[in-house]
Amino acid sequence: MTTIITNKSVSGATADQTAKKAVYETKQLNLWYGSNHALKNIDLEIMENEVTAIIGPSGCGKSTYIKTLNRMVELVTSVKTSGEILYRGRNIFDQDYGVEELRTRVGMVFQKPNPFPKSIYDNVAYGPRIHGIKNKKILDEIVEKSLRGAAIWEEVKDRLNENAYSISGGQQQRICIARALAIEPDVILMDEPTSALDPISTLKVEELVQELKKDYSIIIVTHNMQQAARISDKTAFFLNGEVVEFDHTDTIFSNPSDKRTEDYISGRFG
Amino acid sequence: MRYIEQQTVVKRMNGRLIANAIFKYIFLAATLLALLALVILLFRIVSQGAGNLSIDFLTNFASRFPDQAGIKAALIGSLWLMMVVAPTSIILGVGSAIYLEEYAKQNRITSFIRMNISNLAGVPSVVFGLLGLTIFVRAMALGNSILAAGFTMSLLILPVIIVASQEAIRAVPGELRDASYGMGATKWQTILKIILPAAIPGILTGSILALSRAIGETAPLIVIGVPVIIQFLPAGVMDTFTALPMQIYDWSSRPQQEFQAVAAAGIIVLMAVLLFMNSIAVIIRNKFDKRY
Amino acid sequence: MRPSVQEMIAQSKGKKNKKALEKIIPVILFLIASVSVLTSIGIVLTLIFETITFFTRVPFFDFITGTTWLPFSNNEAQFGIWPLIIGTLKVTMVAIIVAVPIGISAAIYLSEYASENVRRVIKPILEILAGVPTIVYGFFALTFVTPVLQAVFPEIKIFNAISPGIVVGIMIIPMIASLSEDAMSSVPKSIREGALAMGSTKFEVAWKITIPAALSGIVASIVLAVSRAIGETMIVSLAAGSTPRFDGDFTGSIQTMTAYIVQVSKGDAGYGTTIYYSIYAVGFTLFLFTMAMNILAGYVSKRFREEY
Repeated sequence: MTTIITNKSVSGATADQTAKKAVYETKQLNLWYGSNHALKNIDLEIMENEVTAIIGPSGCGKSTYIKTLNRMVELVTSVKTSGEILYRGRNIFDQDYGVEELRTRVGMVFQKPNPFPKSIYDNVAYGPRIHGIKNKKILDEIVEKSLRGAAIWEEVKDRLNENAYSISGGQQQRICIARALAIEPDVILMDEPTSALDPISTLKVEELVQELKKDYSIIIVTHNMQQAARISDKTAFFLNGEVVEFDHTDTIFSNPSDKRTEDYISGRFG
Repeated sequence: MRYIEQQTVVKRMNGRLIANAIFKYIFLAATLLALLALVILLFRIVSQGAGNLSIDFLTNFASRFPDQAGIKAALIGSLWLMMVVAPTSIILGVGSAIYLEEYAKQNRITSFIRMNISNLAGVPSVVFGLLGLTIFVRAMALGNSILAAGFTMSLLILPVIIVASQEAIRAVPGELRDASYGMGATKWQTILKIILPAAIPGILTGSILALSRAIGETAPLIVIGVPVIIQFLPAGVMDTFTALPMQIYDWSSRPQQEFQAVAAAGIIVLMAVLLFMNSIAVIIRNKFDKRY
Repeated sequence: MRPSVQEMIAQSKGKKNKKALEKIIPVILFLIASVSVLTSIGIVLTLIFETITFFTRVPFFDFITGTTWLPFSNNEAQFGIWPLIIGTLKVTMVAIIVAVPIGISAAIYLSEYASENVRRVIKPILEILAGVPTIVYGFFALTFVTPVLQAVFPEIKIFNAISPGIVVGIMIIPMIASLSEDAMSSVPKSIREGALAMGSTKFEVAWKITIPAALSGIVASIVLAVSRAIGETMIVSLAAGSTPRFDGDFTGSIQTMTAYIVQVSKGDAGYGTTIYYSIYAVGFTLFLFTMAMNILAGYVSKRFREEY
């Protein structure tokens, strides 16, 4: 464990803490799938321009939680919620808060790369187009900027018109990140974004996350504790639908206050 | 520089949501329109034909007089037809399916047979009538008998039964097969004792649906020369006969208004037979659903 | 003492007929499976031979270029196929205009909007629509749709191309709806989620993601439906009339290829007459049309299938 922690960069995390604002404030969130109580009294505050990792054994509710943040969880029928999640001060469960509007501000990257069966260019231009941008020159600029932002421009700049499924899985995932960046979101949710990738692609995505946090707030679910330790500023440990501990990542990994957290990060279960 | 202005996104959002709602209702309306067509069709036929339905209608032969016309010969004729079509098409269909699923090697002949079956399913029924006319009625000199019509119909629904049986056989879990082979059973023993019994509900459901298609088919019967005015019941498969859809066709195409009501009554009988067959298929499917 | 099971098995192993059975069964099943191939060969040969006989009496060139179909004239019989083709295309065109928008809309509704419960109700009803015998549809066209059309447009005759076209359209709606829905439903859920997570509305997902991705399947379903419409017999026999015409009129009596075959079959054109052979020539033309459509559908769905 210790080697991982020394590798991590934690420079100045506390110094500018006061200047940062919360993007998400989760208050007493409960969620049920039918009769299954999947999230219990969650209270979490997620700060802007940070990487927040959510870890925990499978079935602990971490994926459910991140999908609640952009209300994708409601695609499953028979989901019920109580409590509130404030995004930039506004409750996302409000009647007049449209999911489309919320999801325009909050991008998402999924477990398995899921590019659209279209060209690389059209994948990235999809978001700007549905928001009404038709000017070819502006679209070209957005596509280039987003692909550069996702650190894949050099690899695909000569094959923008090829089908997005013609490139490797790791590249596909970065196309999906570029696709999310193209609508200039405020927050990027990442649901185990490297679980389907090889180690080299994983490394690239992790480096990218470090780069992206300058401009975006990132919430990443991962089943890989080393990954959380490597890339995140804060870490939340979920167990059985509850937040056991939420703190600075180095605290969680070096000096956890809860016994269960310690057991989990030292590999006794999960 | 930011390309996407949050204000314009919010401004456009309303229009997009309205478009979404409008199209949702357009799609729903189109779906309901299709269902409405079915409702109107059934309502029209019942309201037109119910008045003519009676025991006499079921037990009378065809007649020049609408009020005396009955459907006895056609109903019994259709049953005779099914007695030829059911065994012929099921034996051929299930046999083909077993061959394709269990014995056929992945070679050109097999893929040719498969391609051929899917193409055969797309041949218009009237063309099957021409085949039946040439091969069964003339070349084999069966005339316009039950047997000739039955063979023609069997070939018509053969692709449907093959495909349904293939799916049923494919749905039998591999573990059952392995368990049988593991005890030293031969291939044919495994097929006969394990695979077929497990696949039979699916095969039956598919076959009954295919037979219900055969019972409603008209065009091949017209082409092979099945008559309509029949005043006797067939005594064997070599006899001439008439069938429900033939009788309905004849009544429908008569100019007198009264015969339209008779035709509608005939359609009610035909639809009742179909409903009966489909119910059996559904019952079998539900009863044996998810056994493994 | 009873012999052990293994001993009994060993005794029965020796039986010869069991081995013979294992060898002969595959042969029998192969012969059964070849019946479908023989059927296809039978159809093609039947049509070819009888059509050749037809062409010994009527010049091939006259048949494929002629614009007059006048088979029952005693001394001036003419066999130009085009009026029958035009009649078939008129009905098919009306059917497609009716069925494509409704069928595809229903497919989109079922795959993108409807809840699982709604789908479970609507799909079986569409299946019923597909299972209604064509003779019933024909009766419906003649006794309901035509009178309704006449009430609105008095210039429409009792036999016309519009009424059977509409009803053929109703008949093929379930085919387009269910095949298109299959194609759309096979677009992975994860791709839809990707689009929804970017703030797309359901309509945008359907229009910009699902439909383009499923396009090959949707087009194939339409082509197959066209093939069905071309081959449909009873609806046109009852409601379209028997007037082969080479013009663009939809409101009066026409004749399709299939309806001509029925007209001759129920009459008493004797075996061996030119008229008798003409139904094979028409049948062959019909066969080529539907076969071309079926092959096109297969090609479209294979060639343009999206990989995901």
